Formats: sequence, C-alpha cells, structure tokens
Amino acid sequence: MTGRNLIDLLTKDSRAEIDRWIAKYPADQKQSAVMAALRIVQEQNEGHLTTELMDAVAQYLQMDPIAVYEVATFYSMYEMKPVGRHKICVCTNISCMLCGSEEIVEHLKKKLGIGFGEVTPDGRFSLKEVECLGACVGAPMFQIGEHYYEHLTTEKVDRILNEID
Amino acid sequence: MADIEINGKVIKARDGAMVIEAADEAGITIPRFCYHEKLSVAASCRMCLVEVEKAPKPLPACATPVTDGMKVWTNSPKALAAQKNVMEFLLINHPLDCPICDQGGECDLQDIAVGYGSDVSRFSEIKRVVRSKDIGPLIATDFTRCIHCTRCVRFGQEIAGVKELGATGRGEHMEIGTYVEKSVGSELSGNIIDLCPVGALTSKPFRFTARPWELGDILSVSPHDCVGSNLVLQTRRNRVMRVVPQANEAINETWISDRDRFSYVGLNSKERLDKPMIKVEDEWREVGWETALERVVKGIRDLINGHGAEQFGTLMSPSSTLEEMYLLQKLTRGLGSANIDHRLRQSDFSDQELLPPFPWLGQEIKQLEKLNAALLVGSNVRKEQPIIAHRLRKAAVSGASVMFVNPVDYSFNFPVAEKLIGNPDRMVRVLAGIAKALLDITGDVAPEGLQVLLENVSVGDTELVVAERLKAAENSTVLLGTLALQSPQLSSLRALSALIAKLSGARFGQLPEGANSSGGWLAGAVPHRGPAGEEAAVAGVNASVMFEHPLRGYLLMGVEPELDTLSPATSVKILEQASFVVLMTPFVSEQMKRYADVILPVSPFSETSGTFVNIEGRWQSFSGAVVPLGESRPAWKVLRVLGNLFDLQGFDYTSSEQVRDELKASCEQIEPSSRVTWRCPTSLDADSTGLQRIGEVPIYAADALVRRSEPLQNTQDAMAAAVYVNESVATGLGLADGDVAQVRQGGDSIWLPVVIDERVADGCVIVPAALAETAGLGAIYGSVDISKN
Ligand code: SF4
Ligand code: FES
Ligand code: FES
Repeated sequence: MTGRNLIDLLTKDSRAEIDRWIAKYPADQKQSAVMAALRIVQEQNEGHLTTELMDAVAQYLQMDPIAVYEVATFYSMYEMKPVGRHKICVCTNISCMLCGSEEIVEHLKKKLGIGFGEVTPDGRFSLKEVECLGACVGAPMFQIGEHYYEHLTTEKVDRILNEID
Repeated sequence: MADIEINGKVIKARDGAMVIEAADEAGITIPRFCYHEKLSVAASCRMCLVEVEKAPKPLPACATPVTDGMKVWTNSPKALAAQKNVMEFLLINHPLDCPICDQGGECDLQDIAVGYGSDVSRFSEIKRVVRSKDIGPLIATDFTRCIHCTRCVRFGQEIAGVKELGATGRGEHMEIGTYVEKSVGSELSGNIIDLCPVGALTSKPFRFTARPWELGDILSVSPHDCVGSNLVLQTRRNRVMRVVPQANEAINETWISDRDRFSYVGLNSKERLDKPMIKVEDEWREVGWETALERVVKGIRDLINGHGAEQFGTLMSPSSTLEEMYLLQKLTRGLGSANIDHRLRQSDFSDQELLPPFPWLGQEIKQLEKLNAALLVGSNVRKEQPIIAHRLRKAAVSGASVMFVNPVDYSFNFPVAEKLIGNPDRMVRVLAGIAKALLDITGDVAPEGLQVLLENVSVGDTELVVAERLKAAENSTVLLGTLALQSPQLSSLRALSALIAKLSGARFGQLPEGANSSGGWLAGAVPHRGPAGEEAAVAGVNASVMFEHPLRGYLLMGVEPELDTLSPATSVKILEQASFVVLMTPFVSEQMKRYADVILPVSPFSETSGTFVNIEGRWQSFSGAVVPLGESRPAWKVLRVLGNLFDLQGFDYTSSEQVRDELKASCEQIEPSSRVTWRCPTSLDADSTGLQRIGEVPIYAADALVRRSEPLQNTQDAMAAAVYVNESVATGLGLADGDVAQVRQGGDSIWLPVVIDERVADGCVIVPAALAETAGLGAIYGSVDISKN
C-alpha cells in the first residue's frame, strides 16, 4: 500500500555525494545519476549492494526499483553479494589469457583457498573474473581497488598480496 | 511526404515514418518481433532487416526512417539471407518444443520460423535455461522461451505507467523479470500476454485448456465500465475460454483492462443458476419456466390489486443491456408503477430533474489524450475506468495538468499536477473555492444564490492554481467521477463542477459506474423520466427510497442487493420484509434465497444479444457468444414473455434488435449534452459529524461477474476488507496496524482488521463497499465509530 521510506538507509555523506552528481544533469533527469549513486552506496556498504539499498537509490532518484536493478545487474562493477576488503578482479580475456592469466588464476585460487565469486574466511580478499580492462599492454593483469597491477608473475602476486593488509 | 519504393512498388510515406510503417500501410509484410506500433522502437531483435539501396549492410526496417527516393527490398536474396540468419540465432536458445507450449498456434516465432527458419539446427551446444518466475495470478511465465524483445518491459514503462518488469543481467545472463519475486500489479497487466510474441508470457487462467485453432471468435463489449471496450470472446464447445481485446482506435485502442480480460472466469462460477426456482412454504423448488412465470404474474397481480401499483418497484444493475432496461421499465410502467431505477449506489437524487438526457463524457474518449488540463472530482479513475486513465496518462505525459479533488490520495500511473485531498465533506467547499477563484479571474457574475455562499469561502493557493490552469488551458475538461456520483452531496458537487467547467471554458463530463448508465437514462430506467428522456407522467421513487421505505413487492434484475446497493444491510432487511420478491439473475447465493420468492435464471452478457451505450453516447450492440446455460434465458426474452403474460401492449418483439430499434427511433432527436441547469447548493457544508466513511468499491468487487472471477480476487487490487486509516487518525483512536477494530455505522456493527494507509485524509476512513465482509454496514458514505473494543 504505502511504500516505506528507505532514504534513511543512505548515509548523510552518501546523499551529499549523490546530490553532487544529480546537479550535473538537467533537473528532470535525476536518474542519470544512477550509476554514480550505486557506486557511492556500494562503497558505503563495504563493497556490495542489497535490494533494500537499491530500493533506497530508486526512491532517492525517483525511479522504478526495477530500473535500478537493471543497471546494477548489467555492469560487472556492482556486487550483489558481500565481497572481501580487497576485491581482486583478474582479467582472463584474450591478451591476458595468451600471456598466462590461467597460471595467475590457479595461483590465486590455491593461495587464497577460494574460487571466483568467493570471499576468504577472514574477509580480506575476494576473487572475481573480469573481461578486458583495457590494459592489454601489461598482460596478464588484475585490479585491486583503484589500482592496476600489470605484468603479473606468481612471485609478484605473492608480493602484492603481502603488501596490502 | 516522401516517395519511396518497396519491392518495386512506389509508395507515399509520411515524413519521419519508419520503413516498417510505410510497408505495413502498403500491405507489405516484414517479419518482426520487437517492433510494435504502440511502443517505442527498440530495434533489438533484428528480424526486420531489409535491403536498402546504397546501404552496404541490411538495415532494420523498424528503425530506419524513410527518405525521399529510397529503394527498399524486403525479399531480395540479401534481405532474405539476413532474415534467415537472424532467425537461426533466435532459435539457438529457444526451446523447440512447440507441442507443449501454450502459445503454439498463435506464436509469432513459430509462424516466422516456418517462413524463415531452416529445417535443421546447426547448434549442438547446450541451450540456456531460465527459471520461470511467479508474477501473480493472471500471467504465467516461461522465461526460457523469452527472446528478449522487451515489448513487455516497454509496455510497463510507456503504457501502464509502472515499470514492473525489467531486463536484468546482460548478454547470456540477461533475464526478464521483476528481480525480486513479486506480482505485477498494474490494472492493464494482461496486455503483455498479447504483446509477447512467444510463449514466455501466457494467460494463467487459460493455460493448457485449449488450442487457438479450436476457438471461435465472437465480438463483444465490456460489461464492466462506461468505456465500452471492444472484446473478442473466444469460445469452444459452448464455453467462453478466453477474452482478448478487439482493436478500436476510438475507444480502447489495442488494450483492455485486466477486469475486462479475466472476469470471464466468473461466467463458469458454481453459483450460476440454470433452472427457475420458486419458494413454496419456505422450501426452494426447481420448476419449469411456465410455473415460475405464472407465479411471478400471480404474485405481482395480487400485490397490485391488493395494495396498488405504487407498492411495486423494479431495480436493475447499471450493467444491464439497453434492451433489458427498456423492457423492464416498459413492463413496470405498463403495470402502473414508476418505481424504476438503476442508480443503485447513488444517495443524493435532488438534482435529477436538472440533468441532461443521459450522463455524458462531454467529449469523445480519444479526445482526452489531447487535453491540456483536466480536473477530476471524486475519482479513482485508474481503478474505476482504467482505459480512461490511460488516455489521461497520454495527455499528462505530454504535459497536460491532470488535477484531482479527492477524499483519498490515490496513486495514479501518470504525473498529477495538483491535488486537493481532504475529508469527503470538504469537497464541496474546495470546489466553491475553485469557483470563487474563477469568478475573480473572469470577472463573471456568480450565478443566482452563490454570491452569498461564497462570502465565507477562502480561496487556498492550490484552489487558485487549479483555477488558473483550467482557465489558461486551451483544451480542458472537468470530470465528475464515480466516487462523487455516490456522494450524499452529489447535487452540490455536480452543480459546482459544471459551474467550474463553464467559467473556465472546459467541457463537463461524468464517469458513472457500470457499463450502461448512459443507456439506463436513455431507456427510461429512472423514476422521473421515460424512454428518450421524456418527462414521466407520474414520477416514481428512486433506488434509495425503495430501499429505505419498504414497498410490498420488488423485481430485481442483475442486482445482488447485499453488495450492489447503497446500504446493503438495510436493503436486505427491507427485502426480507417485502411480501413478494422476484430476482432475475445469472447467479444465486444462499442469502438471496432468504428474501426471494422466485429466482429466474437469466443470461450474463456472454449469452445474450444486447447493446451498451458508452459514456460517449456510442451505441454498441453485440450478440451472444454461447447459448445460455441450462434453462437460463436472455433477460429480454423473459421480460417479453412477462409483458405478454400480463397482457400488456407492445411486447411482441422477435429479436433484441427490434427492441433496440424501437428505442433508437425515439432517441433520434437526442443530442448528447453536459448542460446541468443551475440550482444553487443550499449550503457548502454537510451536517455530518465524526469520522467519515469512504465506501469505495474495489475494482474487482464492482459487479456480480467480476466478484466471481477467482484469478482477479487473488490479485493485489482485490482490496481486503479492512479499515484503512492514516497513522495519526489511528493513533488518535488508539489503533495500530493489524489490530482488529469494531466499526459501527448507525445501528450496525462489524469487526475488521486495521490497515494503516497514508493515502486516507484526516477525519475519514476507507471501509470498502461491495465486499461480503462489510455488507453488514450502512451507506457507503456516512459517520462511523471505530474502537478497539
Ligand atoms: S517475455 Fe515476451 S514480451 Fe517480454 S521480452 Fe520476453 S519475449 Fe519479449
Ligand atoms: S585482455 Fe586483459 S586487459 Fe585486455
Ligand atoms: S522489429 Fe526491427 S529490430 Fe526488432
């Protein structure tokens, strides 16, 4: 009947940040800020979205909830399930594959004891398979947070993982 | 206009038209899945690829605008090769099991595959499988069959105005659905069944019960609202198996409401009566027609001879056919009584002499979408007349101001420019405010008597804006909705609405309940006017008086008084006291057997020929789709026989067309009109106190047929019997959501659960009418007391 008000689920900071994006578009096209809003809300929620949070975004941007779900499920950077503190996105597309991404993946899986789409028990890492990230010159590569790590070898992977907490 | 050539044929095409539109107009077929003339262009299926001169690759005809001198080939080797390849790709993931698919025989994919598919599939990998979702009691899903044309998604967004279905995921993982398990709630949702080109969305009630080639098509007209949507009743072995729309651009375009589509399930209800019945010493007996009719004649004759014809009254459903209404009033008047009515839920009749010959929309339905401004008074148009709401939606999305004066903040599927929500008692005052603002703007003189009343009316900001918008609009209308027509202040609401329309240069119209209220007036089914609006020689009493001051005898046609009248509890008491009650009805309930003396089984709309006059004044006749069930008979035939048995003159009809033509001839001179002769309201305030009940009639409780359609009763729109109040009123009464409260109205009381609903204004509660659980209460408007114990 009467929809619940979910906007409170968005933190004050998130709302301020979303407002900044809304301001970039014409007043009657709030929904243009949906991608940014989802990213912001995902960050607020330790890296993943929930149905409630997506509904909150829908309310905030006055969209139908399903339209928000469509966007969130279309792009691979939105997570619908909890992820680790560090999300390792390994590229397995053509260039990386030719340059040995399979070995990197094997190594990661063994080292972390998890498969794609899973989180280590301590919540530190999760593993995700992604398509070309546009860094073919540095193949094989993966992305953690906002960083690209290129020309990977198993030793280099060990070093990188040791360096981050 | 552009000159183009398709397959060597020279065609004149509208500038900006797409190639597929030009081809359709010229009768050249291009295969398609995603394109639909009523929806935006998605160009996602690629089935419509055609060869265009100078274009290196085939182009999609649905997304390629025509240009002067363009040459197109739809069946050249290049075009055909492209179409065949697209077909092959589409079939890769589509199951090839048409024999077990409900769409088989009416599937676009199947048909087009016959023309463009190859005999063997080269695809030997594993096909994609998609879990089907439960999206409610009306629509069955089989999403493995979906070809992602997105017609259903675009329908929700563009036509229904609520986007409920979407495409989540992408590529191989794309799925159509609601993402979270939920029913689709639009009152137009069934249309996606027709739109879906494959068997991914099919009708749940119809599923696996018949094949399309077994069905016979009979054209009909909707018996549920004043729109008169055109229907096709699809029948097999004398049973209506399914209902689909018949396109009529002037009325329903290609759509129908779910109520029109799924109510047919009620036609096969267990409560259908198939033999006449009479009560003999408190025992019900099935008898032949002759015995039953003799009993009717004797009963009514005795009553009239003993107590006078004024002691006899007839009432009929506003969804009776024109022929039925005309004959019943002719019979009643022939017997010397003028107690005739079809306005079963109306409570204020004081302006009935001031009205035009029949309630009219003031314009054509299709004109509504061209409006710049509309003011609706007391209307939940989206659920009452969904197709009218669809036209208003078109106007609203292209910028019109659609405004409401309502007792409940209903949600609409279009942007609402202004709304004045308040206690129903306040509506008259609000209208007076708008009228006052308009008088100030125009400088016109207030009509007789109003000036004094307006002195202590203050014009609020919103009232002023509404007035300004109506006045400024070039093309505007003021419509009196169903809720207003049931209000105890109807005459004041009507007078002021008509005045507002006049002052602002808007057209005035009304949206009465039932399929044939306009027909009811034309047929003379009102106590003060005969057929064709003729002043009645002797005026009888109206429906509400008949149910307030007992008569000795009643004949009811298509009415379930325990649900269909203004004050069901009183109506039933009155009927129980009457000495002779005849019911002509398709359905029988235990309750009816308590007060009736004779029950005659008559045909619902699907089993009789007849005519409905819609709110535009359009006469639409239809024929019966199946023969009457058992010994039930079309009501017009029963009335004809009764007329003869009473030895009345002029009952020698041989067809329903003769009845219609007789009435039509006398209606020749009648021009539709919205003119309401001015009579000043005596006061702007109602003398009611305390909490006010709003007895809205839920969309799927509106008439006897729809109430018996089980799938519709299982939807969200089938309102639960409850007390709907807003939080602050509830707190004031010490009530919380989920409590069970006692509702008292007059001397009656019932217990109902409490639902917190912020749409309800302060000072009032919704207690829906027309539900069995609330039938023990009084009038649909009035003071109520609510308490926890
Ligand atoms: S369910 Fe039907 S209408 Fe909807 S996208 Fe799939 S094929 Fe098209
Ligand atoms: S293929 Fe891995 S970055 Fe391009
Ligand atoms: S009909 Fe043209 S692309 Fe689908």
